[in-house]
Amino acid sequence: MDLKLKIWRQPSAHADGKFVDYQVHEISKDASFLEMLDILNEELVNKGEDPVAFDHDCREGICGMCSLFINGRPHGPDNAITTCQLHMRRFKDGETVTIEPWRAKPFPVIKDLMVDRSAFDEIIQAGGFVSIATGGVPDANAIPIRKQNADLAMDAAACIGCGACVAACKNASAMLFVAAKVSQFALLPQGKVEAKERVQKMVAKMDDLGFGNCTNTYACEAECPKEISVTNIARMNREFLVAKLS
Amino acid sequence: MSKFYSSVTKKIWMSFMGLFLMTFLVVHLSINLLLVFDPTKNLFNEASHFMGTNPFIQLFQWVLFAGFVVHIILGLILQIENWVARPKGYRLKAISEDSFFSKYMIHTGVIIFIFLSIHFVNFFLVAKGFIGEIPKIQIDGKTADDMGALVIALFQMPYYVVGYLIALMILGFHLDHGFQSAFQSLGLNHPKYTPFIKGFGHFFAVLITLAFMSIPLFIYFSK
Repeated sequence: MDLKLKIWRQPSAHADGKFVDYQVHEISKDASFLEMLDILNEELVNKGEDPVAFDHDCREGICGMCSLFINGRPHGPDNAITTCQLHMRRFKDGETVTIEPWRAKPFPVIKDLMVDRSAFDEIIQAGGFVSIATGGVPDANAIPIRKQNADLAMDAAACIGCGACVAACKNASAMLFVAAKVSQFALLPQGKVEAKERVQKMVAKMDDLGFGNCTNTYACEAECPKEISVTNIARMNREFLVAKLS
Repeated sequence: MSKFYSSVTKKIWMSFMGLFLMTFLVVHLSINLLLVFDPTKNLFNEASHFMGTNPFIQLFQWVLFAGFVVHIILGLILQIENWVARPKGYRLKAISEDSFFSKYMIHTGVIIFIFLSIHFVNFFLVAKGFIGEIPKIQIDGKTADDMGALVIALFQMPYYVVGYLIALMILGFHLDHGFQSAFQSLGLNHPKYTPFIKGFGHFFAVLITLAFMSIPLFIYFSK
């Protein structure tokens, strides 16, 4: 299949960027989206041009490194997958595909489609960990945990920190990411000990970094490749309220 | 502002004020509906007289006023922060929202504010004697304002009725998102109750809008 690509090109963080049109030919419909970009880059390199910079690592949907705002949606037109899991069969022959970087003040563009997502690392450093002594690895059933809570914590922990929630949110809010990280600890006994300090510190860091406010639009949940639920945001609000009042 | 109040704190206050203003709407509506149920407007005038003279209500109207101010100022601050959080937008943006009207809360909010300002001038300032004059009636041997006559006179004007209906529709859009959003911001999300809250939010928005709309329509078409 042949495709027209409209790709955001920006030489460096402080340089002005613009959309540049490219054409790719005879792309297999079984190729992944990132393989299609690899083919484009190979052609650009062969022509002596600068290849398009984009983030990627594991290419199997678990590392959270790939991004890309494809035709108006983070991670492209499919639900519940990352860009590396997206295949070219989702596009029509001759289609124009617009590819943009994540747009948010705390996610500055490094080059082309690569953005600096270390703001998420800073939020984790503010409190997204357990620092109490939890001892050695206990027997599986030594600490009784309600099955429902274990499942909810595991669902929250599925967040890979890709930033699609921020990219999708009309306010560039990081609430779903922070809520997932707060929830995965708050639901388990080891995490409960520091829950009050954690939620306050992580929210304060999120605000300091310049992410927007949540307006409960729920675009984050709709676009999350790991289908993290907005019920986590309500849980975080609840945790925050309780922490402030007690 | 973020240095003093976190984003979550602002949203929690926004929710409390929003829910508080919704209870005010219910009270306001129940009094206005007296004009439909009692075309002699005696019941409405008695209720207006009570609201305008009762000491507790007189004190509470300042609480209500503060509720409006907090809701409006927080709404503006939140919106400005949200705009700042994305200095450069997307070229192409697909719609992937669950709550459609959440995208337009600032727009509907500004229109409601304009409506509220006109409403304030037309009714509240007149009732308080700052502008215009109101015909008088006797209630329990005492002279009182004929607020019903004021309302009926305004609802004789077609452009006023149309403007009023449009403003109410916008209010309905604002409430449609606001109701369920308030519960989510307060952390009140539960698999068992949230579907009901969302459903009731839609119902509440439609009910308030249609019930308020019925009043000018009833008055205009029964003249």
